[in-house]
Amino acid sequence: MPANLSARLCSLVLSLVLIAFALPAFAGPFEDAVAKFANDDFSDTEEAIGVVASSGNPLAYPIISALQDGRLMADPDSKKVYVTGADGKSIDAATGQPVASVPDSASAVRLNNRLRRSVDAAVGGLTLMSPDLGMRLQAAQSVFKSHEETALEAVEGALAKETNRAVKATLGDARAAILLYKPDATEVQKLEAVAIIKARGDQEALALLTGIGSDQPASVTKAAASGIASIQSSLAVWSMVQNAWYGLSLGSVLLLAAIGLAITFGVMGVINMAHGEMVMIGAYTTFVVQEVIRTRYPGLFDYSLLIAVPLAFLVAGALGVLIERSIIRFLYGRPLETLLATWGLSLVLQQAVRTMFGPTNREVGNPSWMSGAFELGQITITYNRLWILVFTLAVFVILLAMLRYTALGLEMRAVTQNRRMAASMGIATSRVDALTFGLGSGIAGIAGVALSQIDNVSPNLGQSYIIDSFMVVVFGGVGNLWGTLVGAFTLGIANKFLEPVAGAVLGKIAILVLIILFIQKRPRGLFALKGRGVEA
Amino acid sequence: MTPHMLTRSLDRGATIFLAVVAACGILIPLSNLLLPAGSFLQVPTYLVALWGKYVCYAILALSIDLIWGYCGILSLGHGAFFALGGYAMGMYLMRQIGTRGVYGNPILPDFMVFLNYSKLPWYWFGFDMFWFAALMVLFVPGLLAFGFGWLAFRSRVTGVYLSIITQAMTYALLLAFFRNDFGFGGNNGLTDFKDILGFNVQAEGTRAALFALSCLALIASFLICRSVVSSKLGKVLIAIRDAESRSRFLGYRVESYKLFVFTLSACMAGVAGALYVPQVGIINPSEFAPGNSIEAVIWVAVGGRGTLVGAALGAVVVNYAKTVFTSGMLAPYWLFMLGAMFILVTLLLPKGIVGTFNAWWDSSKEKRAAATTASAAAEDGVTEPKMAE
Repeated sequence: MPANLSARLCSLVLSLVLIAFALPAFAGPFEDAVAKFANDDFSDTEEAIGVVASSGNPLAYPIISALQDGRLMADPDSKKVYVTGADGKSIDAATGQPVASVPDSASAVRLNNRLRRSVDAAVGGLTLMSPDLGMRLQAAQSVFKSHEETALEAVEGALAKETNRAVKATLGDARAAILLYKPDATEVQKLEAVAIIKARGDQEALALLTGIGSDQPASVTKAAASGIASIQSSLAVWSMVQNAWYGLSLGSVLLLAAIGLAITFGVMGVINMAHGEMVMIGAYTTFVVQEVIRTRYPGLFDYSLLIAVPLAFLVAGALGVLIERSIIRFLYGRPLETLLATWGLSLVLQQAVRTMFGPTNREVGNPSWMSGAFELGQITITYNRLWILVFTLAVFVILLAMLRYTALGLEMRAVTQNRRMAASMGIATSRVDALTFGLGSGIAGIAGVALSQIDNVSPNLGQSYIIDSFMVVVFGGVGNLWGTLVGAFTLGIANKFLEPVAGAVLGKIAILVLIILFIQKRPRGLFALKGRGVEA
Repeated sequence: MTPHMLTRSLDRGATIFLAVVAACGILIPLSNLLLPAGSFLQVPTYLVALWGKYVCYAILALSIDLIWGYCGILSLGHGAFFALGGYAMGMYLMRQIGTRGVYGNPILPDFMVFLNYSKLPWYWFGFDMFWFAALMVLFVPGLLAFGFGWLAFRSRVTGVYLSIITQAMTYALLLAFFRNDFGFGGNNGLTDFKDILGFNVQAEGTRAALFALSCLALIASFLICRSVVSSKLGKVLIAIRDAESRSRFLGYRVESYKLFVFTLSACMAGVAGALYVPQVGIINPSEFAPGNSIEAVIWVAVGGRGTLVGAALGAVVVNYAKTVFTSGMLAPYWLFMLGAMFILVTLLLPKGIVGTFNAWWDSSKEKRAAATTASAAAEDGVTEPKMAE
């Protein structure tokens, strides 16, 4: 250590001497400040940051952000400071002139934690003036979070000039946060600040108010306490809304996975254990479509899902018809045997996909219009969840319309209500069966397209949904799509409201137990078909 | 096919079955223990353990056949009763480890020390005594089956609905047992057993004895099932299987019959699990996986539901095939095989191996009998008038 220390002292003395000679070469305070970066002394660096940041010089932002990233090079011998860009080109920090190369003796200006904070605040302050709206907003938010006292001047300056409403509001919040934590702010200022932060009402505002410490005037402490209480109660409401949204989102996934099952079970009384594998096949269809697009037509990537939806419907639907014709039609009237045979089929399909695509997860990307999120009040809504909800409801409505207004729908309803009577009226029940099974499987396929956006595409994809979808169908009742809708959303929302209370796994167990008990009360589900033909 | 002939053919099958199981139960342990290692006729110890596993599966299959084959209750959650019996035995075996565990705690099993339990959870009390554990092996699965069945059968949950909720039951238990704070070792389950009743579980003698015991349990289970299904009670069960509403209208309390046979079956599955655990050396939550229970149903379907002998045979055949296939180069194709087995058996062989054999045997016997009568009649110069169908 002593050797190191003496070396540093030597270099300090040396650099002081050098400064004495070098100073006259520079003109204004900006250049003087820039030269201080070369002293390799933390307090000089801090001073330099302050001067550069408030200089208004166009080079200020490049210099400070270079300092932040360790790209600001200083040569202790010549007292020259350089900014190396990300592209490898360098400029002289004092003049902005490009230089051919940075001398070997130059090294990056060092920072410690305290300096890093003021660098962050300075960058925040500098970007507050940026012409880019997004940058300004981000800067205002980062100042709000750091509430660094040094940024107050910059924030107030920016506030006076700002025209955009959102940025102006955030700047106001930032100013309030700074004032609240500024020891020498007046009581009135602080009370105002508390009111502004309270109005903001989010998790960060709560953190700010809880962290103010005890050395505040009594009135401020009191105002903060009431602010905390009001924020907490509004956050509680928002967390309810959040849970409800998550529940709707889970419900839409469940509905999508279960709706095809409800059709086959409702019309044909067939339990299709391979239903989950149809979902999986839909997801793999999406994967294949995206692969082809990636390699051949990269420009079409945003349309990949639009292409995948009809394809997945056709692939899974055709497979469904094939399964019905080759296996299930021989097992009518033997529901338990159908259950076993389709379970076997699910094993075969899983293993086939595993052999073809490998056992690991495959990458399925989100198109640009499905990625990202937006804020609604205090909750974040991701676009993919929102689109899945919309998509599910669209599928539901189309299916409902199909059952009501098309000839096939009429025939399907007739077969559901009374198979023998329908046959006597001239409906080709076996054709209806095949098409129904194909329809159910096809819908499972398009469910797979949607699920590929939020879940891992692996051979086990279907397995994870099959029990849940059965629960939905059994809970909602057979032969009624509205039952499936209500069942799916009830289970989804109940699950998400139980999760924070009981934990994810216990919540799920509780739901399963509740369904088992519910089935005892209503053995045919929420919306049971009524009539004499029900108990065969 | 007269009832008389049916019982006789079953009786013969049953006799052969019992003789084979008894012979295995005596000869395999003897050959393992008495003959020198490596000699041609000596059964290696690993095979004794492997076949012991199959015998336990056979008991599980019998219990499923009792309810599915004779009462039409398709349980897709029977693996849960098997696993609960296994856990009861596993808890006894854990308590026997005592201070020999990694942490050397005389009371708490290793995983509890690891998870910072300060004292034994109340539901672990008593499991240091064998008689208590043995009682729990019957009691816990039996109680769950009784409670579950009482709710389900009274509200007339039948058919696929019942199958689905049994699956939900085992799935819920699977999730529960995976939790560390449930007090059963989380996803590692219970393992590292040392002693059973003072004998080392790894020792050859103990393994041979456990195998013999499993065979004995299989014989006992078979006799119990036989006596149930051939009694008057069994006839009612078959009536319920074939026409539940009609049996109810005839005045039988369908739910009581179902409840009795379901609970009995769960207890048998529990015994199977309890014998399985010391021979395999581990019990973990994956035994609750719904897939396992469905696989057990296919054993019964392959062997022939409603034949008892077939169920046991199916369990051994399918599991032997599984061992052969999954240990060789064919491993990736095992699931194709198993899946195809599900499909083909239900489509082409709905009566299973034994059922099909019985049907063939009876019809050929009938033909022979008819031929004898016909030839006797021809000698008398009289032809029987053809009966209108």
